[in-house]
Amino acid sequence: MHDQSRHASVSVALAGSGGAGVMTAGNLLLEAAAQAGYYGLMTRTSGPQIRGGEAAAMLRLSTFASDAQDDRFQVLAAIDWQNVQRFAAELPLGPGSLVLGDPAQGEPPQAFLGSGARLAPVPLKALAAQVAGGWPNMVALGLLAGLMGLPREALERAIAKSMKKGVEPALAAARLGREQALALPGFPLAAAPARAARWLITGNEAAGYGALRAGVRFVAAYPITPATELLEYLSPALAKVGGTLVQAEDELASINMALGASWGGVPSLTATSGPGLSLMIESLGLGVAAEIPVVVVDVMRTGPSTGIATKSEQADLGAALYGLHGDAPHVVVAPNSLADCLAATEWAVGLAESLQVPAIVLSDQYLGQARGVVDAPPGANAAVARAKSQGGEGYRRYALTASGVSPMAIPGTPGATYTADGLEHNERGTPSSQASDHLAQMDKRARKLEQLDPGEAWASVEGEGETAVITFGSCTGPAREALARARAAGEKVRLVSLRLLAPAQPQRLARALEGVRRVLVLEQNHSGQFLRYLRGEYGIRAEMRSLRRPGPLPFRPEEIHRALTEWSRA
Amino acid sequence: MPVPDIEEFMARAYAMELEAQERYTLFAEQLDTHNNREVAQMFRKLAQIESLHARRILEEMRWPSIPALPPAYAWESTEGPETAPPDAVHYLMQPWHALQIALACEQQAQKYYEDIAAAQVPQAVRAAALEMAGEEREHVRLIQDWMKRVPQPPAGWDADPDPPRASE
Amino acid sequence: MNAPGVALPAARDFKSDYKPVWCPGCGDYSVLAAITKALAALELRPENVALVSGIGCSSRIPAYTTCYGFHGVHGRALPVATGLKAARPELTVLVASGDGDGYSIGGNHFLHACRRNVDLTYIVMDNHVYGMTKGQPSPTTEPDWSSKLAPGGTGLREFHPLVIALASGANFIARAFSGDPNGCAALIAQAVRHPGFSFIEVLSPCVTFRPEQRNWKTQVRPAPVSPTDDPGRAARRLITDDGFNIGVLYQGSRAPLRAADGGAQPIEELECRFRI
Repeated sequence: MHDQSRHASVSVALAGSGGAGVMTAGNLLLEAAAQAGYYGLMTRTSGPQIRGGEAAAMLRLSTFASDAQDDRFQVLAAIDWQNVQRFAAELPLGPGSLVLGDPAQGEPPQAFLGSGARLAPVPLKALAAQVAGGWPNMVALGLLAGLMGLPREALERAIAKSMKKGVEPALAAARLGREQALALPGFPLAAAPARAARWLITGNEAAGYGALRAGVRFVAAYPITPATELLEYLSPALAKVGGTLVQAEDELASINMALGASWGGVPSLTATSGPGLSLMIESLGLGVAAEIPVVVVDVMRTGPSTGIATKSEQADLGAALYGLHGDAPHVVVAPNSLADCLAATEWAVGLAESLQVPAIVLSDQYLGQARGVVDAPPGANAAVARAKSQGGEGYRRYALTASGVSPMAIPGTPGATYTADGLEHNERGTPSSQASDHLAQMDKRARKLEQLDPGEAWASVEGEGETAVITFGSCTGPAREALARARAAGEKVRLVSLRLLAPAQPQRLARALEGVRRVLVLEQNHSGQFLRYLRGEYGIRAEMRSLRRPGPLPFRPEEIHRALTEWSRA
Repeated sequence: MPVPDIEEFMARAYAMELEAQERYTLFAEQLDTHNNREVAQMFRKLAQIESLHARRILEEMRWPSIPALPPAYAWESTEGPETAPPDAVHYLMQPWHALQIALACEQQAQKYYEDIAAAQVPQAVRAAALEMAGEEREHVRLIQDWMKRVPQPPAGWDADPDPPRASE
Repeated sequence: MNAPGVALPAARDFKSDYKPVWCPGCGDYSVLAAITKALAALELRPENVALVSGIGCSSRIPAYTTCYGFHGVHGRALPVATGLKAARPELTVLVASGDGDGYSIGGNHFLHACRRNVDLTYIVMDNHVYGMTKGQPSPTTEPDWSSKLAPGGTGLREFHPLVIALASGANFIARAFSGDPNGCAALIAQAVRHPGFSFIEVLSPCVTFRPEQRNWKTQVRPAPVSPTDDPGRAARRLITDDGFNIGVLYQGSRAPLRAADGGAQPIEELECRFRI
C-alpha cells in the first residue's frame, strides 16, 4: 500500500453484550498498540446492567499523543447488535467507515447504516467455533488489529502477557480474525513514532499515583462512580508504601476522616464525584476555617443529582468554586489531559500542604476512566512539606503572618497544644465573635491564596493569533487537535487551558490574551458555568462566544474547528 | 467508714478542704463568666476560707510534701462532705443563696467529724475529730451571722425577661 | 510515650485557662473535671492526647483542656477521630459529643465507629435536649416532653444508645453520672485503658432547659450487676435498662482495628505497573 493511504490515527469500536468480552478485547488491542510503540486511548460505554448488558469499547490508535476522540470511527465491529443502537450518538460513522457484523446476529441497526458506512459481514461466531475454546471477541480482536496493520507479534505478546487462561485458543482465534482482514479494506496505521519511555494508565490511576508521589499516606474512601477505581488503585498501593486507606460509611465520614488524619500531620485525600462533593462541602469549609490541608478529587459525572453516573460532564465547576457557605477561599485545580491527572493531583497536594487549605481536583469521567498510552511523566519533585511549628511560649496557631501561612503544630508536639476550630477565632485559635478577629482571619485566609505564585503551571498556553480558545479539563484534548488542524490550514489560533481555577489568575490570563480579539469559551455543561466564571473573575476585553454542550457526548475536533472557522468568517 | 490512724484522718481532712475550695473556686469562675460579680466574690471568699483551713492542716501535720491523694477518694457519698453539689448554683443567684450553700456544707462537715469522734477510733483521731468538729461549728456560726447581714432574696429573684440565646 | 524523668501532669495541668461558658450548674463542668482527673490518673501528657468534638454545648470541651483539640462540624467527630487515630495510632484519642450531635446527625457514624472498633474513647454528655439551640427534643428526649418544635411531645420512642452500641460492636459500654465526678473519672480512665471502641454515656443534666433533671441524682443507682463480656447477657440487661444504671455494663474482647503494618517500598516501584 502507498504511504498516503496510511493513517496517523485510526478509531475503532467493538460492541457486544452478555459476556461477549468486548472490554477484554479492547484492552488487549490497546496493549498491543502500546507494545507496537503507538499511542492509544480506550474509552468505554455500556448499558446500566452490572454485567452482561450491551457494551462498546472505543479505541483510537495514533502516531501522536492525544486525549481526544476523533471526529468519527473508521470501524465499528459488533459481536452482536443487541441494544447497540443506544450508543449511536457516541459512535459517529461516515461514508468512509466500515461496519462489521456477524450475519448470524441479524442486521445492524439503521442508526449506523444511515451514516453511509460500508457494511461487511464477518461470521465471528462461526469462526470462533473453529477453534476449541475460541471466542468471537478474540476473532474480532485479530480482525481489528489486522485492519490497522498492527504487527502480529505485538498482539500476540499482549495476549500472552495479559490473559490469565485460554491463551492458546485466544491466539488461534485472533489469527483467524487477522486472516479475515486481508479481504477487507483496511486502515493501516502509519509508522509508529520513535520508541520512548511510555506508560499505559488510566486517568484515575494517574491521579492516585500523583497523590502518592506528593506524599499522601492517608486516604478515606467511599465508593462512587466514576471515582471508585481511583480509591481501589490506592488501597494496595498505599499499603505498599506504608500508608492507610479506610473505607468510610458515607462521604460525610470520608472527608472528615481525611481532615482528622491531615490534622494529625499526614497528607490526606479522598475521591468522589458530584453527589459526594455536595455532601462534603460543609466539611471542606471546616478545612478552610481551621486551615487544614486536604485534597478531594472530584471525578465529575453528568449531573445534576444522580444524573448519568457513567458519563462525563464539566458541571461541578460552580459547586467546586462557589459551593462553600461563607467566604471560604480554597484551591481548585483541573487536570487537562489523561497524563495531566498525575501532575495536577501532585500539584494540588503540594498546594494544599503549603497553603494549609483544601484543594479540589476537578477531573472527570472521561479522563478518569479512559485508559491510554502517555509519555512517561517527569520524575517527582520533592514532596512539598507544610510549615510545622515546634510551639513554645505564646504559640499562636493562626498568627497573622505576612504570607498568611502560619506554622501548624502537629499533635504530639509538646508546648504547642491548641484547638482547631470551625468557629471563627483569634490568632491563638480561641473562638471569637469580634469583628476585628473575623476580618483579620478572613484577610489571612484570602492572603494565603492571593500570594500564591503558580508559575507556568497555572495554564497550558499554546499557539498564537488573534483568536483564542479558552477551556479547561477534558475539553482541552479535542481543542488541541482542532487547533492543530487550524494551523495546518494556515490559521492562527491560541489555546489557553486553565489548570488553576482558584485562586483565579486574571493578570496571567490578560497577558496570555494580549492581542486576542476573539475568545471561544469551550465547556461541557449546559448553563455555561465556565463562561460565567470567566466573566466574573477575569476582565476579558475580547469578544466572547460560548461553545458548550452538556454531557455525555465529548466534543470532537471538527466541531471546534468549524466553530472557529465560522466565527472568523463572520 | 473506718479511719485507721491520725495520718489518714488528716489526709482526708486535707482532701475535704481542698475539694471544697476547688468547688467554690469553680462556682466563682462560673458566676464571673455570667457577670454575677457579687456572688462570685463571695464564693472566692469561701474558697479562701477552705484554703486557709487546708494550709493549717499541712502546717500542723508537717508533711514533707502535699500528701498524695488518690483521684477518687472513697467518700460515703459521691464527693466530700464539705463540697457543695455541682448543680447548687444559678446564674442569677443571690449572696444569700451562696451562704445557704456554705451553711449546708459546713453543717455536713461538722456532722462528719462528730460521727468520727463518736465512733470506735484511736484517741488521737478522736481528739483531732473533736477539734475539727469544733472549728466547723464555729464556721457554721460565722455563716449564720453573715446570713443575717445579707438580704433575703426577693420573690422572683430568678426571673429573667430575656429568652435564652443560642451562641452557636 | 512520655519523656522519662519529667514530672507527670496533675489534673489541673489538663485544664486550660479558658473559662467555660456553660451555664452555672451545668453537668458538663463535672465531666471536664472528670476527664482531667482521668488523664492525670492515666499518666498521660497533654500533647499526646487529642480531644475531638462536634457541635453543641458538650462539644465546647476541647478548648477547655490543654490537650490538642479539634472542634469540627455537627455530628462528624467520630470520623475525624477515626482518621486521626488511623494516621497517628500512638496518640490517645478521646471524642466528646452530646445526645443531639452524637445520636441524631451523628447517628450513622456512631454505628460504624462501634463496628470499626478503632481504639477510641467516646464520651457522650446526654442531657435529653438540644441545649445550644435553646431546647429542642433530642433522640433521647422523653416522648411527652413538650417543646416549641413538638408541642405535647414528639411521641417518639427514645433512642437507646447503649443497646445500639452493643449491637454495633462497641467493645466497652458504660454509663456515668456527672453528679459523681470521681466515679465518672474512674469510668473514663477505665474506658481509655480498655482497647477498642469504648463508649461512655454520661448523664449530664441541663440546668437551663431541663431543670427537672436535678432529680436525676435521686434516680441513678450503681448497676446492680457486674460488667459482663457476654454480649447476649449484656443485651438482655441493656434492652430493659431504664437509663439510670451507672457503671460498666459491657466489657468485650474484640481486637481493636489497627492499621496494618505498612510496607516501606520506595514510591517509584509503583511505576512498574504502568510502564510499557
